Amino acid sequence: MTVRSSGTQPINIEQDVVLARQLTRKLAQECGMRLIDLTKLVTAVSELARNTMVYGGGGHMDWQILDENGRTGVRLLFRDEGPGIPDIKLALTDGWTSGSGLGLGLTGARRLVEEFELDTAPGKGTRITITRWT
Amino acid sequence: MERIPILQMGDFLLVTIQVDMHDQLALTLQDDLSERISKSSARGVLIDISALDMVDSFIGRMIGTISGLSSIMDAQTVLVGMQPAVAITLVELGLTLPGVKTALNVERGMKLLQDRVREQ
Repeated sequence: MTVRSSGTQPINIEQDVVLARQLTRKLAQECGMRLIDLTKLVTAVSELARNTMVYGGGGHMDWQILDENGRTGVRLLFRDEGPGIPDIKLALTDGWTSGSGLGLGLTGARRLVEEFELDTAPGKGTRITITRWT
Repeated sequence: MERIPILQMGDFLLVTIQVDMHDQLALTLQDDLSERISKSSARGVLIDISALDMVDSFIGRMIGTISGLSSIMDAQTVLVGMQPAVAITLVELGLTLPGVKTALNVERGMKLLQDRVREQ
């Protein structure tokens, strides 16, 4: 697996969530991703970036364009230094929310991508990696 | 402050969302619409999202709330113009917009609203 390009987008205010979506759209287009896959990825980014801002107290989205065995993909890491998620199983249940949302962000985002990795512990922040291939 | 314009056409309010909305903008639209429905005694609200290339759970919730509050205020909301990729993504996300009336395009949406007013 080779990294074609990479970078970081800060996520601190609402406008950054919009920027993260727009950046992801551009990256996916660079990979030649189909519109439906691109839409799913951008929607997942919107959910996760909002979580980073609201629940993580701000953080970053690290991005990579990957080449592997003739396929190209976009990998995104959302990281924050927030309170972390105490109960991962509960957080990955449809309809459960610690805030005022619908509880679809995390579970929905997981359904919209091909690879989803969650690394979190109370007081240790949250790191979520998602990947979508062309 | 940035705002999404609300147009009035007879008994109906028309909203066309053409920008990539941040969350506050969506909430402002929700507030503006409820105020306009009450002030104008509108019977219907048509929301055109044909220019939106993404609807996430936040925007989905806003649409559901607008639909709910407009129906309490005796106005029918119709959501029109959803792109196919957006529709597929919404279903996969788990958001099926229960109680929200939809139409394929503005023309059909307007007809739906006009029929409703005529019935009453």
